Amino acid sequence: MMLDIRDLSVVFTDRGAPFTAVDKFSLQMDRGEIVGIVGESGSGKSMTAHALMGLIRRSQVAVSGSAVFEGTDLLPLSRAELRKVQGRDLSIIFQEPMTSLNPTMRVGKQVEEALRIHETLSRAERRAKALDAMALAGLPDPETVYRQYPHQLSGGMRQRAMIASALVLRPRLLIADEPTTALDVTIQAQILETLKDINRGEGTAILFISHDLGVVRALCQRVVVMRRGRIVESGPVDEVFFRPKEDYTRLLIASRPKREKLRGGGNSG
Amino acid sequence: MKKKNWYLTIGGILSACMLALIAAGFFWTPYVPSAMSAGDRNAPPSLRHLFGCDAFGRDVFSRTLEGAGSTLAIALAVLAVGAVCGLAVGALCGYYGGAADALVMRLCDAVAAFPSVLLAMVVLALTGPGKYNVIGALGVLFIPSFARLVRGEFLKYRDRDFVQSARLAGVSAPRIIFVHILPNTWPVLLSGLTIGFNNAVLAEASMSYLGIGVSAQEPSLGYMLKDAQGYFFTLPWCTAFPGLVVILLILGVGLLGEGIREQMGVAS
Repeated sequence: MMLDIRDLSVVFTDRGAPFTAVDKFSLQMDRGEIVGIVGESGSGKSMTAHALMGLIRRSQVAVSGSAVFEGTDLLPLSRAELRKVQGRDLSIIFQEPMTSLNPTMRVGKQVEEALRIHETLSRAERRAKALDAMALAGLPDPETVYRQYPHQLSGGMRQRAMIASALVLRPRLLIADEPTTALDVTIQAQILETLKDINRGEGTAILFISHDLGVVRALCQRVVVMRRGRIVESGPVDEVFFRPKEDYTRLLIASRPKREKLRGGGNSG
Repeated sequence: MKKKNWYLTIGGILSACMLALIAAGFFWTPYVPSAMSAGDRNAPPSLRHLFGCDAFGRDVFSRTLEGAGSTLAIALAVLAVGAVCGLAVGALCGYYGGAADALVMRLCDAVAAFPSVLLAMVVLALTGPGKYNVIGALGVLFIPSFARLVRGEFLKYRDRDFVQSARLAGVSAPRIIFVHILPNTWPVLLSGLTIGFNNAVLAEASMSYLGIGVSAQEPSLGYMLKDAQGYFFTLPWCTAFPGLVVILLILGVGLLGEGIREQMGVAS
């Protein structure tokens, strides 16, 4: 088993009464698996990912439980220790492609940044690896994009650049925190295809966080449904979709716009 | 949609002219600034003496060039001290935050609560006048405003996604501060520098005017104004031209700062 999360809880203690954002979250993931976490806003799905990545300020928040990744429990690690694991074997893609790239750095330099830290390579080797990662992330003409600044790229291209920088060290687990939410539907589908290709080609496991059941269904093998910090239901994606055990899951599925409805609604095209 | 940025154009041209004139003054002046000539005493502006002559027959144009040169040098040195130290303090406070940040910022508030010229006067009363003491005193007093400016910018950027992902990739704190965040603060920093420059020019001029700034051997514009104020009505050119140079220099750089701010889309 690659990732074994047991009883992960995240409790905010900074103001007044403690607030439990994540309550006893457990999840096991094997190498090369794609697992989705779905839930509405505030269900704790992003908080779970942030706890794994050590992105939570410990002074205000109590994190308990364990998250064993390749034999090491990530939660008790100090930031410095965590950084050694992260980037190498574990990386994350954020939701907003507009803010996750530095506007003052060339795209290629940003993709290379992780290589600079974790490997000792010459400038040319770094560049070659960055270009590889950019091609893998589906960026057309990596040579040109390498020299460009983020404002010269479209939203979809920026997200691909983010994916490239997350992949440059070939991590074993990629956490994708709503990576396609800010993009329009056609681009979204292309990015999902790219993620699938990466999963197949590189064997990278993906923990995919989304509020969009359709996207999760298209990509993931297993799904965890969260609500108010708790796991409502989990299982293989088709089972959860076609035979949901919980009312909440049923509600969530029913809340999706249906194709029939759209057709019936008189498409003016 | 794109409106012409007049501030930037006018400010740029004006400051470039003033700086070129002052820079030229370092190498060449029409007369030796301190040379007196008995025949030209109290001469009004003419082709021979563009800005006229003072009561000792010294060429006011040459003296203004030299004075502007030393004012500029002092202002830039003050700016360098204030901006470099302020940048370091602000960057560290903004990036790390915490108790040290709170302490340093309260200290800055305390310093900023006094008018800087007043505090500089106190410092100079203790150390004595002179170019380097002026630079030191004003420079230190300029630290809080820069520190606060830079701190605000670092606070804004330190939790941005791109900084988070750099941190997650294992990028070291100094590299995040200098390579990832600092370039993003340029627009704000640049317009802050122009304002700081103007304040430094004014502070130097007022201190020299009050007689606690530079010495008579290296007159600055403020010193010239002080020197000539006794002849305000009889020899108006002796005060008018140095004053005009101060005004044009400040106006030019001020417009330039405003223009930069507009160009970079920084909210004021």
